[in-house]
Amino acid sequence: MAVNLKQLAVEFEDPNKIGITSGHRLCPGCAAPMTAKMALMVAKHLGYDVVVGLATGCLEVSTTIFPYSAWSVPYIHNAFENVAATISGVETAYRALKKRGKLKREKPIKFIAFGGDGGTYDIGLQALSGAIERGHDFLYILYDNEGYMNTGNQRSGSTPPGSYTTTAPVGKKLPGKPQLKKNIVEIVAAHENVYAATATVGEPIDYMNKVEKALNFEGPSFIAVLSPCVRFWRIPNDAAVSITKLAVQSKYWPLYEVEKGVYRITRKPRTFKPIRDFLEQQGRFRALLSRPDADKVISMLQDYVDKRWERLLALEEATKDKPAR
Amino acid sequence: MVETKKLALTGAEAVANAMRQIAPDVVAAYPITPQTPIVEYFSKFVADGLVDTELIPVESEHSAMSAVVGAAAAGARAMTATSANGLALMHEIVYIAASLRLPIVMPVVNRALSGPINIHCDHSDTMAERDSGWVQFFVENAQEAYDLTLIGLKLAEHPDVQLPVMVNQDGFIISHGVEPVELLPDDIVRSFVGEREPVYSLLDVENPVTFGPLDLYDYYFEHKRQQIAAMEKVFEVFPKVVEEFEKISGRRYARAEAYRLDDAEHVMVALGSTCGTIKDVVDELREEGKKVGLLKLWMFRPFPKEQVQRYLYGRKSVVVLDRSASFGAEAPLYAEIKSALYESPTKPLMGSYIYGLGGREILPRHIRQAFEAAINGDLLADGQGYLGLRE
Repeated sequence: MAVNLKQLAVEFEDPNKIGITSGHRLCPGCAAPMTAKMALMVAKHLGYDVVVGLATGCLEVSTTIFPYSAWSVPYIHNAFENVAATISGVETAYRALKKRGKLKREKPIKFIAFGGDGGTYDIGLQALSGAIERGHDFLYILYDNEGYMNTGNQRSGSTPPGSYTTTAPVGKKLPGKPQLKKNIVEIVAAHENVYAATATVGEPIDYMNKVEKALNFEGPSFIAVLSPCVRFWRIPNDAAVSITKLAVQSKYWPLYEVEKGVYRITRKPRTFKPIRDFLEQQGRFRALLSRPDADKVISMLQDYVDKRWERLLALEEATKDKPAR
Repeated sequence: MVETKKLALTGAEAVANAMRQIAPDVVAAYPITPQTPIVEYFSKFVADGLVDTELIPVESEHSAMSAVVGAAAAGARAMTATSANGLALMHEIVYIAASLRLPIVMPVVNRALSGPINIHCDHSDTMAERDSGWVQFFVENAQEAYDLTLIGLKLAEHPDVQLPVMVNQDGFIISHGVEPVELLPDDIVRSFVGEREPVYSLLDVENPVTFGPLDLYDYYFEHKRQQIAAMEKVFEVFPKVVEEFEKISGRRYARAEAYRLDDAEHVMVALGSTCGTIKDVVDELREEGKKVGLLKLWMFRPFPKEQVQRYLYGRKSVVVLDRSASFGAEAPLYAEIKSALYESPTKPLMGSYIYGLGGREILPRHIRQAFEAAINGDLLADGQGYLGLRE
């Protein structure tokens, strides 16, 4: 069953039914609440109740400033690095209380953890790996804005090379962060019995179809959503959608999924745009682009995304009839 | 009171049995010496179908406490257990568990905190958590470890309290030492602990709540004040719980145990297993006509100041034994006792001794040495002595 946008529009005509309501304090144009909203709509549309867990980060601090909460679904924030562990406890409590007949309800509950890239690639990686290894039935949604944006744009393990951050600034000598970002989906997909995918807010149908698949997957699932921070990507408030479409078209953010080891590319653009186009649209790369050695970094990135794309195609072909289990 | 049978059990096994009888909905735990046998015994109980708890074999203590917080917020009865570095790794979430007012009970098998790494007993691990907002009990032996785990659970879940509880037992000395322990029948324990009735639950989808919001300067302070009030409530609730426990077990607990204190002129104050040794030395000294006694604290947080004052006012001297140090300051228990005696009508001589760090043996002669200093008037209130140390 593919998600039907028109149907969702009717179903959620009253936005208060979504689960995250207006009135939160996220920046105008931020992609994080879109990421959360789309996931919640799909879950409710599929007939699930939802409990959400949040890692410390933008989405958490901006939606729950006491005594207000933008969440009309049950919500727990514990700390920065432990949302996967926390939600694994909630999910286990659900199974335990159902088993013992202490929780009498027919409608199934799904558990969704939201974490930013700091809470996922970096400080929360261990808890995420543990929760996936243990096989909890939960969906982890990473809203990846490629830096510690909540605290003012510091470098994370997800920051791409040359993106200006306050802890890996493009300086007179150094061209910013030299390292590539971690390939988080590959890390997650390396666990057994997991559904892992990339998605982005600029491709909502693709994202929501993956949310549906993830929620119906028996066991842990993970979606890495490229989710621009308009403030520190230095892009206009209305650019989160267009910039992420460009991320897909330039192979910067290929859309694919790995289900029990089987790769499937979910969007194959007929023509690609150069990575330079993606970089030039964002102020965070301006300092890099004005350097005399900018071409070196750009061609390294172009080479990287090209090879990764070829590799994905090969993996898709090689694994299509060979699920890991 | 009911018929019980005495078994030869280690402290770890006694506590694992308490957990089996409590049958929490969820246990999340990570093994660490010397807590390991608790997790091992409990895992075996689950594997053998003796308890139907959902076990979460987490990848770290940080995740153990995180998962238990999630489970407790979801309305489940949830427990974990740890030691030393494991407790330190949990530290951040130990505070969060208390501030979320989640009634989690955690046996802690005390072990020296690194570094240097050491696996043996002292109280540096739990003392690092004394301001975390948990109730802290200390026990002398395996029986008390078992009993106070049950008492702790009922106290934690009391509607007026809703706070987490740590039950400290000395690593190896209690956790691995075999002693006679009376286990209550399963059904008696079940009816004593009853069912948890959470105030809020994440699984109550029809009544959604937000756990763990951002709490800034306009409310944080008031919430901390509420935590302080909850701790004060422990003093009201604890006597009722121990009274109920006495009815089923015949064993009487209080915030502190007074051992041969009636006419004692020189009183030692201590925590944990060493109290057993101190009692022997008190008996010996009493034989010799010395008026000595022991004040053993079962409860360290909230600090039972009232009892301390009641038992220590009017004594000639008070000597305090600490199994952990506070570098550059007075040792934790000593500082508390000294502060509690500030308004004492008569000033006792006071002395502080640190002993047993990293599992260093504490022998009757060391305790006698401290008592003799008290009897001879050799205590220095601002000094700090060491028992069993090579200097």
